[in-house]
Amino acid sequence: MRTVKNLLRYTRRYRLILILSLLCAAVSVGFSLYIPVLVGEAIDYMVGKGAVDFGEIGRVAVIILALIALIAVFQWLMNYCVNVVCARTVRDLRDDVFKKLNTLSLKDIDSNAHGDIISRITNDVEAIGDGLSQVITKLFSGMITIVGTLLFMLAINAYIALIVVVLTPMSVLVAAIIGKMCARSFRGQQQLQGEISSYVEEIVGNQKVVKAFAYEERSAKEFEVYNKKLFKVGLKAQFAGALANPSTRFVNNMVYAVTGIIGALSVLTAFMGQLTIGGLACFLTYANQYTKPFNEVTGVLTQIQTALAAGDRVFDTLHAESEPDESGKRRYDKAEGGLEFRDVCFSYTPDKELIKNFSLKVKSGEQVAIVGPTGCGKTTLINLIMRFYEVDSGEILLDGIPAKDINRDVLRQNFGMVLQDSWLFSGTIMDNLRYGNPAASDEEIIAAAKMSYAHSFIRKMPDGYNTKLSENADNLSAGQKQLLCIARAMVLDPPVLILDEATSSIDTLTEIRVQKAFKKLMKGRTSFIVAHRLSTIKESDIILVMNDGNIVEQGTHKELLSRKGYYYNLYNSQFADS
Amino acid sequence: MLKLRRFLSPYKKQLIIGPLCKLFEAVLELFAPLVMAEIINNGILKQNTDYVLKMGAVLVLLGVVGLSSALVCQYMASYTSQGAGTKIRSALFKHIGTLSHRELDELGAPALITRMTSDINAVQANIAMTMRLLLRAPFLIIGALVMACFIDLKISLIFFAAAVIIGVILYLVMTKSLPFYKKIQAALDRISLLSRENLSGNRVIRAFSKQKQQENNFEKQTEQLAKTSVRVGRLSALLNPATYVVAYSAVVLILYFGGKQVNSGVLLSGDIVALTSYMTQILLAMIVLADLVVLLSRGSASASRINDVFETEPSVKELNHTEVTSAENAPKVEFKNVSFSYGEGDRELENISFKIEKNTVVGIIGTTGSGKSTLLSLINRYYDTRSGEVLVDGVNVREYPFAQLRSNIGEVPQKSVLFSGTIRSNMLWQNPDATDDEIWRALEKAHAAEFVKSPDREVSQGGLNFSGGQRQRLCIARALVGAPKLIMLDDSFSALDFATEKAVRKNILDAEDCTVIIVTQRCSTIMNADKILVLEDGRLEGEGTHKELLENCPAYREICLSQLSSEEAGI
Repeated sequence: MRTVKNLLRYTRRYRLILILSLLCAAVSVGFSLYIPVLVGEAIDYMVGKGAVDFGEIGRVAVIILALIALIAVFQWLMNYCVNVVCARTVRDLRDDVFKKLNTLSLKDIDSNAHGDIISRITNDVEAIGDGLSQVITKLFSGMITIVGTLLFMLAINAYIALIVVVLTPMSVLVAAIIGKMCARSFRGQQQLQGEISSYVEEIVGNQKVVKAFAYEERSAKEFEVYNKKLFKVGLKAQFAGALANPSTRFVNNMVYAVTGIIGALSVLTAFMGQLTIGGLACFLTYANQYTKPFNEVTGVLTQIQTALAAGDRVFDTLHAESEPDESGKRRYDKAEGGLEFRDVCFSYTPDKELIKNFSLKVKSGEQVAIVGPTGCGKTTLINLIMRFYEVDSGEILLDGIPAKDINRDVLRQNFGMVLQDSWLFSGTIMDNLRYGNPAASDEEIIAAAKMSYAHSFIRKMPDGYNTKLSENADNLSAGQKQLLCIARAMVLDPPVLILDEATSSIDTLTEIRVQKAFKKLMKGRTSFIVAHRLSTIKESDIILVMNDGNIVEQGTHKELLSRKGYYYNLYNSQFADS
Repeated sequence: MLKLRRFLSPYKKQLIIGPLCKLFEAVLELFAPLVMAEIINNGILKQNTDYVLKMGAVLVLLGVVGLSSALVCQYMASYTSQGAGTKIRSALFKHIGTLSHRELDELGAPALITRMTSDINAVQANIAMTMRLLLRAPFLIIGALVMACFIDLKISLIFFAAAVIIGVILYLVMTKSLPFYKKIQAALDRISLLSRENLSGNRVIRAFSKQKQQENNFEKQTEQLAKTSVRVGRLSALLNPATYVVAYSAVVLILYFGGKQVNSGVLLSGDIVALTSYMTQILLAMIVLADLVVLLSRGSASASRINDVFETEPSVKELNHTEVTSAENAPKVEFKNVSFSYGEGDRELENISFKIEKNTVVGIIGTTGSGKSTLLSLINRYYDTRSGEVLVDGVNVREYPFAQLRSNIGEVPQKSVLFSGTIRSNMLWQNPDATDDEIWRALEKAHAAEFVKSPDREVSQGGLNFSGGQRQRLCIARALVGAPKLIMLDDSFSALDFATEKAVRKNILDAEDCTVIIVTQRCSTIMNADKILVLEDGRLEGEGTHKELLENCPAYREICLSQLSSEEAGI
């Protein structure tokens, strides 16, 4: 119900079009219901051989033709309006969900499967659109049809009309019973579909690994097991679902038969009120038309339910809590780059403490290296500096101003970041490099690319800087992607640099060049380097050694070596005899 | 759709019986107005109450028989479509298994997954729909035409004319709107691409404060989609009114000419009732047909996408299916003048020759894009060379059956991928017959036993319940199970700290009767190898031991000195 209310809010913007379409539906359905009366009337003017009143038939025919024209126009108008409302509502919903994503906290985005969110934007919204158009066209015109035919039937013969009214809902009842019967097999099918999908995703998605282990035949066998199960369950579900249509049609045929017999008797014997033959003809047409919406409604009911379920999911996302608006918060152009951590505490989950009372002062222009084994919390620190996650207690200050008092976007613009998994978007290389600084000229970008040693491989690409990158930039190697990310950061020219394992998949030779370029770039900039290779950080002003989320040691390379602690062991282990 | 018909061939019986039952049901349904006409003509006009009741009973009987034959058809349709879907699924899955890396790269995993899931489901639904509904409509139309002929041949001409005109309208609207549907699909693809990008890159987008730009891009796409939908909607909105106009104009004509026939005593008024109701039946059937054609055209797009995959031939084919015996004293791996490129463009590897003797440790080092991983993938024959030969145990890799070649190589890929199941099920990938003891030994060697604790430990999809470093160690263990004679490590220590790396490496090298190839960027990893290959830009720059290379290979010297101090490098 909440979903319906929410959806109504979206359609409300188009309420004029919506009302217009409903009016059109009412007019066209109303008129089209009147046509059988006219046809019956015309037939009544054909009494028998030599007793056909062509004058009257002609008069009726003209009326029919006029009505047809009107009906056609209104029908078209209705269809068109419905289309407009649905297309626009779908667009609005998509835009809003997309915008919403950008306001959600990283915590929410990290903890949801991306495929699931994408399917909300695409499939679920599509289902809502389909459901909406079904509701407006089928459900509404169905209701008008039911009321209209009922009135007409009552006008022709109240008794027989009542019989039709009582009998027809039987088809709905039958549909409901069948629906209940197949609910379980549908659920079973859904579940197996899910299982098969995730198996396929795993195996087909990692087909190269499958080949490495010559696992093809074994996986085909495993797949066969799922597939056979799906056949059994799917057959049951499909057949159960296919029962509804013939069954309701059967009920309708019975209604037709009963109406026909009683109608004929009433013509003959004035049983239950007198009928004419023409009256019987149009009564039968009405009986047929009266039952049709019931059929159609049962038919679209599943679609409407799907749409509602989809609506629940979409509105869950839309109503998720956004990060608070910070448009009123402090903004300034460029920071000096001094950073301070004051008694910072943080954990992802309340039961597992990660960073505890961490304090550190970094002067503008200093180089900080963070080291430690994988999963020790290095990325966490970056998450906090960038305010992707908020600290639990304590504070982080930029140039002496608490980070939480600075507008989030302004804060982040002061950091140039190269992340562990280099992200590029589909577009040309030039577009990607210009991402952080739209004002940069082509020359500036090429200069940055040269500095980060990306220029030579970009030039070798088919269209140079205008080469389009595919999704995930599959046409580049991991190292090349990272070089592009480094070049992108260079174009941005930020006061603070954050390099998260930035050079891990670039070979050392290239890395030396990058390091040289970085040295130039880092002059006058504060930089944080999360790195694996100790060689890259020997010259840092401060080295933070992390383990299990805690900062175990901090100091310069020499200090830490002379302390003979954790860092000393870590450093020496790489040179011991292998 | 037609190209997939081979999957329907096992269901010939069902494909005949099902539609026949549907035909039967449609015929019965057509009889109902006829019976009604008889009731009016013979019962009412002749004042025969008994006849009315008798014919009433016939109506009920028609309903019951119709229901049962419809049920038979529904079952046949469900059985056939589900069965064919199952067969397509199996065949496609197997076919994907035969594709080599080049085709996998070209088609892309996400596309293949869609083919396997939603596309096959769409085709399956199409088959069922065709058997259940699509055939019903033409039956009803043809039946109504035949019935009209029986009542009055001249008036039936109106029917034919109306049916043809409606058919033409349907055809026109369909063909005109089809290109729009393609556009809509393309816009939807673009929307899902943008969403995915926005999610996977959300940190970067936020870091650059680019939310607004992303939103604008997205809104452009949704706006375009909305416009296209409305445009196609304007067209398809014509369908119903147009058919309606034609059908009811025909009814008016029937009234006029029918009236003439009644007047001249050829027809009775009951016949006119039957004729008009046949006309409405045609109208309804046509509308159903139109709806279905839209659905089917979506499905046939799926079918042709599936077919594209079936028609993709693997570029690397298994040429020999029987096991080959290796040469006794041949080197483990040998490259003879090997050149290779992925596409038509620059050579990825240029005239490479080297030998790797049995039971030695060989390191491969070089810059990004120098061809290190490519070189490994030629040993496994993921790609075929452009020229030259790759030999394993003295036999050209082309002469091996895939399974013999690949299952004898323990490979640890760059990306650490595990599969959902248990630790044990993952460890059995290399050698399906391994005992728990063997598995445990491999886990211990890879320093994975300490956190795994039990081989029954669950592994979630992609192994995401383990950290990156743990996954890497598990992948190493997986390759060690079954003691392969050749182990290839492709940058496989990148997520391990130095201490762990050293210990694991020592365990791997300690194995007896085993050749090890290590691709790495860390000098320290391969300093002590028996032989080091230095690659640069697809060429072999140097070959020798650490000491030799330091003296005569400037590229190697530069790499070493960038990572180690002179005394560490041993200069």
